[in-house]
Formats: sequence, structure tokens, C-alpha cells
Amino acid sequence: MAKTVVIDPITRIEGHSKITVYLDDQDQVADAHFHVTQFRGFEKFTEGRPFQEMPAITARICGICPVSHLMASSKACDDLMAVKIPPTAVKLRRLMNLAQLTQSHALSFFHLSSPDFLLGFDSDPAQRHVLGVAAKYPEIAKDGIWLRKYGQQVIEWLGGKRIHPAWTVPGGVNAPLSEEVRQKILEGIPHGIEIVRRTLDFWKNTQGRFADEIEHFANFPSLFLGLVTPEGHLEHYDGFIRVVDADRKIIADKLEPTAYQHHIGEASLGDSYLKAPYFKPFGYPDGMYRVGPLARLNCCDACGTPLADKELLEFRALRKDGAVLSSFYYHHARLIEILFALERMQELCNTANIMNTHVRAVANPNKFEGVGVSEAPRGTLFHHYKINEQGLITWANLIVATGNNNLAMNKGIAQAAKFFVNGKDVKEGALNRVEAVIRCYDPCLSCSTHALGQMPIKLSIVNARGETIRELTRY
Amino acid sequence: MSDAPHILTLKIDDQDVSAVEGQTILAVARENGIAVPTLCFLKGLSPVGACRLCLVEIKGVPKLLPACVTRAAEGMEVTTDSPRLREYRRTILELLFAERNHVCSICVSNNNCELQSLARAQGLTHVRVPYRHPRLGVDATHSRFSADHNRCILCARCVRVCDEIEGAHTWDIMGRGIDCRVITDMNQPWGQSDTCTSCGKCVHVCPTGTLTEKGVAAAEMKKRQQFLPYLTAMREERE
Repeated sequence: MAKTVVIDPITRIEGHSKITVYLDDQDQVADAHFHVTQFRGFEKFTEGRPFQEMPAITARICGICPVSHLMASSKACDDLMAVKIPPTAVKLRRLMNLAQLTQSHALSFFHLSSPDFLLGFDSDPAQRHVLGVAAKYPEIAKDGIWLRKYGQQVIEWLGGKRIHPAWTVPGGVNAPLSEEVRQKILEGIPHGIEIVRRTLDFWKNTQGRFADEIEHFANFPSLFLGLVTPEGHLEHYDGFIRVVDADRKIIADKLEPTAYQHHIGEASLGDSYLKAPYFKPFGYPDGMYRVGPLARLNCCDACGTPLADKELLEFRALRKDGAVLSSFYYHHARLIEILFALERMQELCNTANIMNTHVRAVANPNKFEGVGVSEAPRGTLFHHYKINEQGLITWANLIVATGNNNLAMNKGIAQAAKFFVNGKDVKEGALNRVEAVIRCYDPCLSCSTHALGQMPIKLSIVNARGETIRELTRY
Repeated sequence: MSDAPHILTLKIDDQDVSAVEGQTILAVARENGIAVPTLCFLKGLSPVGACRLCLVEIKGVPKLLPACVTRAAEGMEVTTDSPRLREYRRTILELLFAERNHVCSICVSNNNCELQSLARAQGLTHVRVPYRHPRLGVDATHSRFSADHNRCILCARCVRVCDEIEGAHTWDIMGRGIDCRVITDMNQPWGQSDTCTSCGKCVHVCPTGTLTEKGVAAAEMKKRQQFLPYLTAMREERE
């Protein structure tokens, strides 16, 4: 008699979701599904609003990465206005986007995932959280808190507040950079770099303990999708879409982000509010691709900054003959990206025209359709709007980072469940590992369904007759 | 008989004050540094007593009276702040918030809104009545301005400034009760109005994010109302 295991709610992620593990007649794992149980409807209720409001409205999708939505949305609005924003505005937006990347990656690595690495996947769940880390490894916890705080502070210095700053606007940004803020940003960077370098050393030294996790945490061939610069370097704000396969062979390159609909399809799933995007030329579901830090490092030829490039070489050595496939390495990639972000922020602050006061282009809407694409910490983010002749939104489509990973997350938890979950005797540590696969992707379900939510997860085990035989709920 | 103005003496909040005959309680209170919250009132426009936020207690009068349209009288004893008044004002603000869709965080007038400032000043942290969430549109047909009816509180400042200062009388109010709306001309789209001079006075006297300039993003719409007393004074001088 087949059974089902449900993990509901999933913990230490952003949003509401559950996992169902289906067992066969022999109590072996047959399959596992990831369901996102929240719904918000931003694409619908923004209809009729003036397009200039879209950055502020869509930033409310998320309190963790509002800056990512501000970027993609402002770019879509720039497109509607048909303007090329001032070069300094581009640099300032990049600066804030990188600060956002730093704080969000620090949150994911230190606050949400490090309890698993430091305290152990099988440790007491009552202590397996950031406070447990702070009690046992205060230095690491302090490092994580410092990095996140620094990223948040840069956002505040630039935009006036840490969450939902109204500084990034259609046409550019609404205030230039001051010398005082430039200095404050620069002062923090050396310490940030020092933290990331020692965290990378710590991470590399722990790898021997996680052979099973590396092998079974969503470790399978897939496509990877991310933005790269025209030279093929790591990119988070602009550039072109590149798709590589498991061998790091470039499948598609220099795809114009604004033409994303030619390359990406969206399938609706019956058991989740989260859609399942796929790479169109490969069809559904073969067009499954991954986005985010792991995908970005697999896609790019180089980072483009010295320290991050040195780390990238070591990262490439994890799988010499192709892309790094195990989603466990999302964590590793995240650290390299923080290093890159800090180096790039330093470069940007030292460029000649960063203090220029011409930071905004002013125009009426000049096109009826606009697309903005950027890289959020969790992956590629698409905002696509249509307006009427008055500038009011008539249609909106958002493909959010986590959504891109939906098919890969489903496949990943099925793989982990098959290895770690024994249907007869389901141990908490095993279920935590299934959850941890989801955590590798650092999903933001509030974003991906553009839905209201908190952060719990639920896991259920269901038999062949559809009866739930075990449930684990954590908040 | 002397032409000198007749001086009245009265008490506001136990403070002895004097007033010129014909002055409103609000004017006397403000002259004496006594704060009375207002929303539909704007110096330079005729008072209409519509919002009821300036209600005050007058000794011997059983009902509350709006300070903006009630004239001071000899021996009057006025109270501008009491638990009863605070409760009324709070309730009025809650009803205004519940009536339409005032979502401050994404509003172009966020942090520059008189309704929001009053709510803060009155300590309004939540609304005790159900929100109505009406489906109201945005009139963005004008080339420079837009009207978001979701944020209108029907204070009629736009109607008054357009009529009394600009002299165009483009704005008016149609409907009754909950169906009231500000309209341009005979309820035509603003961009098709024959009478609108596009002067923008209505935009700047509007206390909320209803009437705004186009092209502004969240929290960027700052209203400039300094022009109104100057214009009024200049016109009075000419007369």
C-alpha cells in the first residue's frame, strides 16, 4: 500500500509551502512534490494603476529582496518611457542591487542555512536556527549579522530606508550619491571581504562531512540560465540571457532579455500556485532550468573581479568536465557572489562619474509595452507590463526568480527523498534534508507567487489510497 | 457710531482670547497658537465645514460645532480637545480610510499627505470598521495631471479653488452620499474638459494623492500651497 509524507510548512525559507512525499506499496519513495500554497495576484490588481507606481507596488511583493523588484520594475518602466537612463543612474542602481545581493545572500547562508552545516542536519530542531548558531559559534553568527547589516545599511544610505526605498524610479534614481555616503560604503568593504574569505575557507573545510548531501541534494543534469555581460562575465543588472547545459556548453547566448517570451514558457501546475517556467526550445518539462547563484556561475565565463575570479577557478574544479550540478553548491556560489558584489561595489564607488548629479531621465510613456529583466539574489527576474495611451497598466506578467527553479526544486526533493526518507521510519533529520534541498535554492515564495505569506513548511506522507499517514509542521 | 471693529472676548481651552466680530473660532484659535485639526479647510478658500475634523465643544451648546464655520461670540467657552472630541476625530479619520483605497506605502503623496499626517497626529493605528474596497478608476486623460478617485476624501478643495481663485469651475461634485465623486465639467474625462485651464491649482490644494502631477513615483508628489494666500491677497487688494 503506497503512502505519502507531507512536510508542511517548510521552515527557514521566505513563504508558505509544503512538500508531499509519495510512497509506493513497499514504503519506498515513489515521488515528491513541492506545493506553494499562497496566492496574491499582483499581476491582476495592478491593472488600472499608473505605470510610475509599479516599482513601489511590486517592491511590496517582498520584504527581503524589494530592491530586486525595484530594479526590474524600474527597467520595465524605462522601457515604457523609451529612455536610456543617465550612466550614473545605471551605476547607482547597480550599487544598490549589489548591496541587496550581499544582504540577501548573507541572510540565506548565515541565518537560514548555516544551522544545518554548523549544528548538523540531525541536530535538535529546537536549537537548529540562527540563535543556536549564535550560542555555539558566536564569531560566525556575528560575521553573518555584520554582512547582512552592511548590505542593508548601503540600501538605507542610498535610498533613505532599508526596506522598500522609494529611490529607484522610472527614468533613474531620485537623488545622487553624496561624498559622505560614498565614503561610508567604501569603509565597510575591506571588512566585508575579510568575512567572506574566512567563511569560504570554513565552507571548503566542512565539505568532507557532507558527501551524501552533495551527492543527493538536487544533483542532476539540467539547463542553467542567467544574465551575462556582452563579454560573458557575471552580471546582475543588465546584459544578455545565456543558457548553458550540464556540460557548460552554451545552448543559447546573447538573448535579448526583453524578448524573454520567445525563449521561456510558463506551465501551470495543478497542485501549486507557483507556475513552472521552462526553456521553450526544449519544451515542457525537458526545458527545466535552474537560475540563481549556481546558475549564474555556471553561465558566466568569468566574474570580472580578481578575488571572485580566483574563487571561481576553485569552484569550476568541483566538476571539471562541466557545470557544477549539485544544488548543495548554491551555498558556495552565494559566498562567491558576495565577494564579487563587494569588489564591484568598491569599483563602482571609485569610478569617475559616480557623483554626477544627472541621475534621472524624464519622459512620458512612449511605448505601450515594456520589459525589465535583472538578476535577483535568487535568480533572473522578469517584469513585463502593457499600458494604455494614458499610461495606466492594462496587463502585467512577472516571472520571479524562485518560479524559474520550480521544476528543478521538484526534481531535487524527489531525489533527496528517495535517498534520505525511509517510509517505514521517517526520521526528522531525513525530512530536514528534504527541506534543506528547497533551502539551497533560497526560495522566496512570497515573491514567486507574488503572494502574502510567512515562512513555515509542512511535510506529509501519503499512501496510495490518498491517506495522510504522517505530518510534520514547523513554524 | 464708531467704525472700529467690535472686539469680543471669549475663552478657548480656558485661555482668555479676543476676536474681531465675524471671525471664526478656528481663526481665533490659530491666531492664539491653539491647534485645531482641519482637512477640508484651507486658508484662502471659503470654508465649507465638510470634513467635521475641526468640531469643538461650546459650553451650553449640546451638539458639537465645526470651528471653521462657527463665528466667535462674546463670552463663549470653547474646548478644542477632549476625550470625546478625540474619539470623534479618530472615527472620522477611520471612516475616511475605510471608504476608499488609501494605501499609503505606494502612494505618490506618501509622507506628504494631510490625511496621513492627521492620522499620525491623532494616533490612528488601525481602522475599526470594515474597508469598503470600492473599485474606482484613475482619470489619466489629462496630459499633465491625473485624478485617482481611490484617494479622494471629497473635501471639495479642488472645486473651491477652481471656482473661487481660477474662476474656471471645471471641478464639481456629482452623486449623493457614498456615490459622490468629484467630476470635471459634465462628468467628462479631465483631458477632454473645455473649461480646464491646466493651471494645476487643484492639484496643489488637494490634501491627498488624488490629484497629482503625472510622472511622479511613490512619495515624490509634494504639494505647494503657498500660492493661495498670495493670490487671495492680491485679488482683494485689486477689489
